[in-house]
Amino acid sequence: MQFLALLSAAITLIGAIMVITRRVAVHAVLWLVVTLLALAVVFALLGAPFAAALEVIIYAGAVMVLFVFVIMMLNLGRPDSDREKEWLRPRAWLGPALLATLLCGELLYTLPFRPDDTAAPDLLTARDVGLSLFGPYVLMVELASFLLLSGLVTSFHIGRHRLRER
Amino acid sequence: MTPLPLLSILLTPLIILALATLLTWVERRLLGLWQDRYGPNRVGPGGLFQAVADGIKLLFKQDWIPPFADRGVFVLAPVIGMMTVLMSFAVIPVTALSGIAGNLNVGLLFVLAMMGLGVYAVVLAGWASNSKYALLGGMRAAAQMISYEVFMGISLLGVVMTAGSFSLYDIVTAQTRMWFVIPQCVGLIVFLLAGIAETHRLPFDLPEGENELGAGFHTEYSGMKFGMFFIAEYAGIVLISALVTTLWLGGWQGPVLPGIVWFALKTGAVVVLFILLRAALPRLRYDQLMALGWKVLLPLSLLNVTATGTVLMLRSAG
Amino acid sequence: MLDTLRTLMLTFLHAFQRRVTVQYPEEQPYLPPRYRGRIILSRDPDGEERCVSCNLCAVACPVDCISLQKAEQDGRWYPEYFRINFSRCIFCGFCEEACPTYAIQLTPDFEMSEYARPNLVYEKDDLLISGTGKYPDYSFWRVAGVPIPGKERGESAHERPPVDLHSLLP
Repeated sequence: MQFLALLSAAITLIGAIMVITRRVAVHAVLWLVVTLLALAVVFALLGAPFAAALEVIIYAGAVMVLFVFVIMMLNLGRPDSDREKEWLRPRAWLGPALLATLLCGELLYTLPFRPDDTAAPDLLTARDVGLSLFGPYVLMVELASFLLLSGLVTSFHIGRHRLRER
Repeated sequence: MTPLPLLSILLTPLIILALATLLTWVERRLLGLWQDRYGPNRVGPGGLFQAVADGIKLLFKQDWIPPFADRGVFVLAPVIGMMTVLMSFAVIPVTALSGIAGNLNVGLLFVLAMMGLGVYAVVLAGWASNSKYALLGGMRAAAQMISYEVFMGISLLGVVMTAGSFSLYDIVTAQTRMWFVIPQCVGLIVFLLAGIAETHRLPFDLPEGENELGAGFHTEYSGMKFGMFFIAEYAGIVLISALVTTLWLGGWQGPVLPGIVWFALKTGAVVVLFILLRAALPRLRYDQLMALGWKVLLPLSLLNVTATGTVLMLRSAG
Repeated sequence: MLDTLRTLMLTFLHAFQRRVTVQYPEEQPYLPPRYRGRIILSRDPDGEERCVSCNLCAVACPVDCISLQKAEQDGRWYPEYFRINFSRCIFCGFCEEACPTYAIQLTPDFEMSEYARPNLVYEKDDLLISGTGKYPDYSFWRVAGVPIPGKERGESAHERPPVDLHSLLP
């Protein structure tokens, strides 16, 4: 179990590194999918199979497909990647890199102080997730539904607008 | 749950592949039957070995990768298609005692996840081929499969709510008194249509669309890589049929005959229905496909969920 | 929706209808006598070649698949060679219609596949049959006014004896 968790964590890390180093956008997205799948395995090993399944269905299965879809439409080529290289000046990446390093250091610092419950965590079923979503976190669900509804209305509006112009 | 898990893990893919290969022959014979002709009936008894002959032909064809293609992704795409379909079979309980992980507690979600990943096979094949017909096929596939995945998931919710579990084993045992095909018939119809769209079979085979896109996403594929797409499609049919059997037709349950025979019979009947649809119906236009999906099937499946929830609430209250 | 179900039903019912396929090599289809298939060269009732190498068939042929060369023996014309390239032939039957002596005829046979294309070029030996084909009683040399050995001028069917120019009688 420990070995599997470490392995999938390593794959997650390698995948993430590959994502930011690939030149071809579709390859980067594929590595991102690998990262997400490995993350799902980590979730499953931590006793949350429901979250793992949702991770694969929603992120890997739907969101990333849309990414690939958009990239296919854009038809990126050599000039685009050259232009992108121009954008990557030190002034642009220095700030985020500094913050990320700080976060990394913080993580390393807290690592020895982890709570020592080595017992296998309880299996988190769909029932538990549902009860907590509509129990203590109902406000968050409502806020998310606001967001989705506004997104729906907006896309409907944009779609109608285009239709009339034609 | 299985006496010999390793053996069944090794055997299941082989059986599925053999079944899918056999299905290519079954489909051609049945199409022939419904079109008042014979179909392949020369090789072996009743043409049974036609599938084998086709397989040998595909194996010995030149395995060509176009020079303009993205090599890695081009090779990866059929592998993804095959893998995701074969993985899905892991959670299907063929009988009470067989199947690899029939009572995985998120079994149904696992199947949905694998189907979601299956989209990549088609989309990446279309992109990596670097040819316009393949790309058009890939784009159609992406839009079609994402759209139909939405209410494929929602159509399953009615069954999950009634059975109270995501595990396919529990869902089958919940159907001991009555098959879900009666209370959940709306869900079944929506799932069947979505399943046809997911496996891009006629009448929803727009990603392939021979007469307008060459062969769609696999235009540039040949040899065994094409064969893998081909076999994966038929394995997908078996998968959808097995799911329909498990979720709506009571799985292995039935009188007199042993469970595995009942499962095979029910699955076979659904497969025949798939082939009948191909024999009878013409391909939809793309806007018709999308309109059917978003304007008919999505509201229908949402209504189904609402009605099921209401009935369950009333029953638990009363 | 109901239309779709009706379509499915009708298609399904086709399972119980007769199949129209003819299982060819075992079950031979009926070919009418005037079917236009493999071309042959026939002989007249006496067993001689009918072809007089007039070249009308070669002229009529739209794909130019017929080739022949005239030869002459005792006043009788016959083809020195007669070649039909069946890889070009379209079985239109124009040659048969053009032929003045019923020599070239089309038969109800089409089973002439070959592995090598040159094998489809039929020579005179391959084309000649020993019978008369569709016109058993017709003999060109018996009706034509051309003298051949064994038949002098004026002895043909429907032919009056030749006028003796040296006689004064009307």
